[in-house]
Amino acid sequence: MTTPVTVYVPRDSAALSVGADLVAAEIERAAAEAGRSVRVVRNGSHGMLWLEPLVEVVTERGRIGYGPVEPEAVADLVAAGLLDGADHELCQGVVAELPWLRDQTRLCFARVGVTDPLSPEDYVGHGGLTGLRRALELTPAEVVAQVTESGLRGRGGAGFPAGIKWKTVLETPGELKFVCCNADEGDSGTFADRMLMEGDPFTLIEGMTIAAYAVGATEGYLYIRSEYPDAVRTMRRAIAVAREQGWLGGDVLGSGLRFDLHVRVGAGAYICGEETAMLESLEGKRGMVRAKPPIPAITGLFGKPTVVNNVLTLASVPTILADGAAAYQALGVERSRGTQVFQLAGNVARGGIFETAFGMTLGELIHTYGGGTRTGRPVRAVQVGGPLGAYLPADGLDLPMEYEAFASAGAMLGHGGIVVFDDTVDMAAMARFAMEFCAEESCGKCTPCRVGAVRGVEVIDKITAGQDPDGNLALLGDLCELMTEGSLCAMGGLTPMPVRSALLHFPDDFTARGEKSTGRYEEANS
Amino acid sequence: MASPDPSVTDRVRALVAAHRGDRGALLPILHRIQAEFGYVDSDVVPVLATELNISRADVHGVVTFYTDFRAEPAGRTVVKLCRAEACQSVGAEQLVAYAERTLGIKVGQTTPDGSVTLEQVFCLGNCALGPAGQIDERVHGRLTPARLDALVTKAVDA
Ligand SMILES: Cc1cc2nc3c(=O)[nH]c(=O)nc-3n(C[C@H](O)[C@H](O)[C@H](O)COP(=O)(O)O)c2cc1C
Ligand code: SF4
Ligand code: FES
Repeated sequence: MTTPVTVYVPRDSAALSVGADLVAAEIERAAAEAGRSVRVVRNGSHGMLWLEPLVEVVTERGRIGYGPVEPEAVADLVAAGLLDGADHELCQGVVAELPWLRDQTRLCFARVGVTDPLSPEDYVGHGGLTGLRRALELTPAEVVAQVTESGLRGRGGAGFPAGIKWKTVLETPGELKFVCCNADEGDSGTFADRMLMEGDPFTLIEGMTIAAYAVGATEGYLYIRSEYPDAVRTMRRAIAVAREQGWLGGDVLGSGLRFDLHVRVGAGAYICGEETAMLESLEGKRGMVRAKPPIPAITGLFGKPTVVNNVLTLASVPTILADGAAAYQALGVERSRGTQVFQLAGNVARGGIFETAFGMTLGELIHTYGGGTRTGRPVRAVQVGGPLGAYLPADGLDLPMEYEAFASAGAMLGHGGIVVFDDTVDMAAMARFAMEFCAEESCGKCTPCRVGAVRGVEVIDKITAGQDPDGNLALLGDLCELMTEGSLCAMGGLTPMPVRSALLHFPDDFTARGEKSTGRYEEANS
Repeated sequence: MASPDPSVTDRVRALVAAHRGDRGALLPILHRIQAEFGYVDSDVVPVLATELNISRADVHGVVTFYTDFRAEPAGRTVVKLCRAEACQSVGAEQLVAYAERTLGIKVGQTTPDGSVTLEQVFCLGNCALGPAGQIDERVHGRLTPARLDALVTKAVDA
């Protein structure tokens, strides 16, 4: 028997959502039928989601990709020479050389799609643990200094400097401290946390372990939303493997460091992504936002000093330690340093993950890499930064992807999600949805948010129904003002952002209503 | 309040015992109860309160705060359709309307024969391959009315 051909079929849940499991099974079956021996590896996804399921075959030329492969097409593809990397209309060539991947700077996502996510050998073979080993040679204060000097800012939305947060936790005395990873990723248009957890879980474990060492924490919690069962399974298995390998536990890498990690699953509440609500939830309570101060760094989980960081923040730390703060800091622009994992979503021809240094324009991401809309119609609006982010018009896309540039434009970079809409979108409906979502997901602690959002829906309905439009538009403005100024957290505080930006850029959608119906997308695209 | 079935009480006690060493264990315990019984019966609230030494009101407050915990069993197949922005941009609302029409129920309801519960969800992390939906435990992407029909039929027949 000849050596088996290695075939990669992703296990990422986006790939699974379009049939990757069936494709993997079909490949095994068709290969056996053809008398060929194959070794199917279930990797993460490279993030070229429009090509999923993307099958890769290892050849002398490199990993040759085929996609999107439907289960029904596998038999023909194998007959056409897929196992030898033969040409075919679905053949994409050598995957690593595709412009989409070649043009990225993958630090956080370096291994995602490349390796078997649960193989410790793959992990170490592709540079894993270098950052942790380096960190353990430094003092905790030196590790914190590295993170500060790298310029790394929180990737969960607010962009707070990670090093400053860590320094506070390090300097707060306490026998018991925690590291909590926020993997609640509730924003529409974002999926990078999920893909990292499913595609390279050890990186997150390594990042959390470095954080624990840096601040003196012994216990870690990973709060994953329940909508991500595959990520939960993968992280739990990876933690078990890491314990076996001595990467977690009573004596991490023989250094004497004690750190262990637990997965906790959310229960369908968007607000639990807000860090203090997440802490309440981890304590077994309702996800009610806490008033700040005290800040979690000082009085966090169970009242103890706690680091709370997003998945991508923590997963960026190993590379910073491995290659040095200066190398990371050299990337990016202004006060946005390093890389950000952008996510192209919604009505986009080529959706997926694009990790690049801060500074590329939004338009370049959408048009050059995203290929415009999926429907082929003109782009009309783009929402960046999740449901609390602003809507930008098609002629406002020359904005550099950078925290301050977005803030000056009245927008928000947030978690890096980019949702594209074509010209069939009804922006009054999207503004209404923003209020509706806030009403649905508000924790209920403060009135401007709890009551304001419900009122917001009613007022928008009146405007679009043509009832005293001027009076009601003024009322909506006041309501937005009240929510912005009077809300305890950014749920109520930022919901006006999508509403006001929709009003600013698309005023006609609110008033000049002809016979507009909810069937516009369907009619236009059938 | 009806006194809980002794076998349920024992089972809940065992689940609590399994999480004895965990900090703030109520959510993990509720997830286990929901996984085992399909919903969180109001009868288990006092049992949990006693076992965890917290008030009934606190347990009840937690159970009702989170959408995942059901007060009643769902249909045999649960269909969740994503209605968040990215899926809306590729026709999620039309898909929801189609599902409501063909199943003859509204979002949040179960068909009279108990076969299908239709629910909404805000983002499944599959926003580049929308419209997305989840049928029982599995997420599906690039949903069309035809694909949704086929998947629901398959799940119901299984
Ligand atoms: C309503 C709301 C939802 C949020 N959701 C998330 C989330 O899903 N994931 C996340 O990392 N941060 C989320 N945040 C931000 C967190 O409160 C917090 O800033 C973050 O976890 C800190 O980590 P970072 O500094 O690494 O970004 C949310 C904030 C608000 C107000
Ligand atoms: S703004 Fe809304 S979500 Fe935030 S604390 Fe107030 S009620 Fe809760
Ligand atoms: S918005 Fe539907 S899956 Fe994210």
